[in-house]
Amino acid sequence: MATYADIQRPFGRTAEAQPDRVTMRLLVIEDDRDAADYLVKAFREVGHVADAATDGDDGLAMALDGQYDVLIVDRMLPKRDGLALIGALRAKGMETPALILSALGQVDDRVKGLRAGGDDYLPKPYSFSELLARVEVLARRRVGRTEETVLRVGNLELDRLSHQVHRGEEEITLQPREFRLLEYLMQHAGQVVTRTMLLENVWDYHFDPQTNVIDVHISRLRSKIDKGFSQPLLHTIRGAGYMIRDGAR
Amino acid sequence: MTALGKLFRTTTFKLTLVYLTVFALFAAFLLGYFALNTRRLITEQITDTVNAEITGLSEQYRIGGIRRLVVVVDARARRPGSSLYLVTTFAGESLAGNVTSLPPGTLDNPGWTETGYRRLDEGEAGEHPEHHALVRVFQLPGGFRLLVGRDLDERERLYNIVLSAGRWSIAIVIVLGLAGGLFVTRRVLRRVDAMTETTRTIMRGDLGGRLPVAGTGDELDRLAENLNLMLERIEALMHGLKEVSDNIAHDLKTPLTRLRNRAEQALRSGKNETEYRAALESTIEESDGLIRTFNALLMIARAESGQARDNMSEFDAAEIAHDIGELYEPLAEEKGIALKVEADAPAPLKGNRELISQALANLVDNSIKYAEPRDSINGGPAQIIVRALSEGDRILLTVADSGPGIPEADRSRVVERFVRLEQSRSQPGSGLGLSLASAVARLHGGELTLADNHPGLKSIIALPRGGPVQIAG
Repeated sequence: MATYADIQRPFGRTAEAQPDRVTMRLLVIEDDRDAADYLVKAFREVGHVADAATDGDDGLAMALDGQYDVLIVDRMLPKRDGLALIGALRAKGMETPALILSALGQVDDRVKGLRAGGDDYLPKPYSFSELLARVEVLARRRVGRTEETVLRVGNLELDRLSHQVHRGEEEITLQPREFRLLEYLMQHAGQVVTRTMLLENVWDYHFDPQTNVIDVHISRLRSKIDKGFSQPLLHTIRGAGYMIRDGAR
Repeated sequence: MTALGKLFRTTTFKLTLVYLTVFALFAAFLLGYFALNTRRLITEQITDTVNAEITGLSEQYRIGGIRRLVVVVDARARRPGSSLYLVTTFAGESLAGNVTSLPPGTLDNPGWTETGYRRLDEGEAGEHPEHHALVRVFQLPGGFRLLVGRDLDERERLYNIVLSAGRWSIAIVIVLGLAGGLFVTRRVLRRVDAMTETTRTIMRGDLGGRLPVAGTGDELDRLAENLNLMLERIEALMHGLKEVSDNIAHDLKTPLTRLRNRAEQALRSGKNETEYRAALESTIEESDGLIRTFNALLMIARAESGQARDNMSEFDAAEIAHDIGELYEPLAEEKGIALKVEADAPAPLKGNRELISQALANLVDNSIKYAEPRDSINGGPAQIIVRALSEGDRILLTVADSGPGIPEADRSRVVERFVRLEQSRSQPGSGLGLSLASAVARLHGGELTLADNHPGLKSIIALPRGGPVQIAG
């Protein structure tokens, strides 16, 4: 089982499941210098290239200028607030995915943020693993993996049109929700997917269900797709979430 | 502001002034109308009498010539009274009558004139004031002139009496009105001042103060009663707030202390990386719990302040029941509880979908947490039933379990923030689940009630179908 620590130390890889980490160029726009430094350092530690801007105008200039894969934008910024910055960027035709960080964590704030052109929204305080997972998903979204009709991980195959799932020769019967859960995991194969991300994307809930209901759903799914196979595909990343990945590769 | 200035500025006093003005104007109009009409009536009577006498006298002249006229006029003129007579030659020489000192030229204009005069028996000018009279000069055939008139003093006197009565009554109206107005105003002002004084005390922080109620049931009393009710509500809210902050302090301090102790412990006695790692991991876990509690608190605060009211949409509560049931079913099964959803008929509802889902999720979560794997009374498996149904103009979302339930005495208490019954202290959770569900229900103009499920707990969220009633303005 991979652990939270492995995420923090990508270079000390073990043989087990690791995120398919491709180096990303990230821009952190955050007025709290400590928080910005922390993020830049943390991103660099996991192997990404990260820059920081501390106000809205600098942030916009850098975002327009540099070739960034994902922007991490604080909502409240001096000179130009986060939503206005994203708005200006989109108006200039820049489609760089943007994740909004905000101390205002309620549902309507999220809706406002996403409506303003943000691609994801993370309320403060957040855990770095959650942020990292989301940023990686955003970066990957550009590649267009979501368009494929058949998703494959190892010998697990999910057909999005016929709604059939096979592992090797064996057909696996899934409940509709289990199917969507697996579909989401497979769309992000090789990436860490957090519980919150699953709750948001598979169940469309943005609240905290207190008890970790997602874990039980995952273990059900796991018993269906991994039971009886020597090579597990669905991995728990401790302290972060889950990842589906062909470990034998 | 002086006391008097304050008095004059009050609404009551201003109203008094307005009423007083209107009433005085009306009285003046009424009396003026009366006086003028009386005067006109008297004038008409005078002209009628004078006309009749002239007709009579000219008849005498026609019958007996000037000689007879003079005799008749002389006789009439000697009678006491207000009638005036004068017969003159064409040249103006007086032949008979009781009038003198007519202004020159009076006799040259036949017809009606108002004129000053003196009675013949009054003697020379200067001794008595001049009188006023309404006279008619009549040209008799043969060059003689006849003047008949009536003294106007009586008319004027009456007119003046009415006028002065009018003046006096208006003056009295104004004086009495002002006095009454001041009296009423002062009474009202005194009560308002008492209220103001009380509100000042309350503003200074003594929330226990209440406005004085005179017990007369008037509008000021009603106002005071309502304000008192409001104060009671505010006091209750403040009390609740204080309790909440105490609870927050307690419930957040405990994990914070634990967190700090653990970090300290690791620093002090940590020997290797594994130990440090373990300490850090538990620190993160603990802070995640704290964040969770904070978020729940914020959510409740938002729901209670009504801010989330913007995000209302129409949806099917039955669908939510199925969704939440589906979300929690594996968890329930893992604990040996059968979770069933009974929501076949659609239950359309207007509200905040996310919040209502969360409220229902909290109730289900709660039931799962406290449900015992075995139904102790019937011996069957523990079960939870989630229902969504329409009842009149309300939608009911219920979660019924076969757990230990909540003693009736504690039911209203557990809805409060952070309240967890002693026996459940060992269970994980923030103790905010039911409070949040209750806040969400109230946000939608509904309520959360807890009932006995014989055995177990039945939590009911009752919501008005059309969403919360918007308060105007």
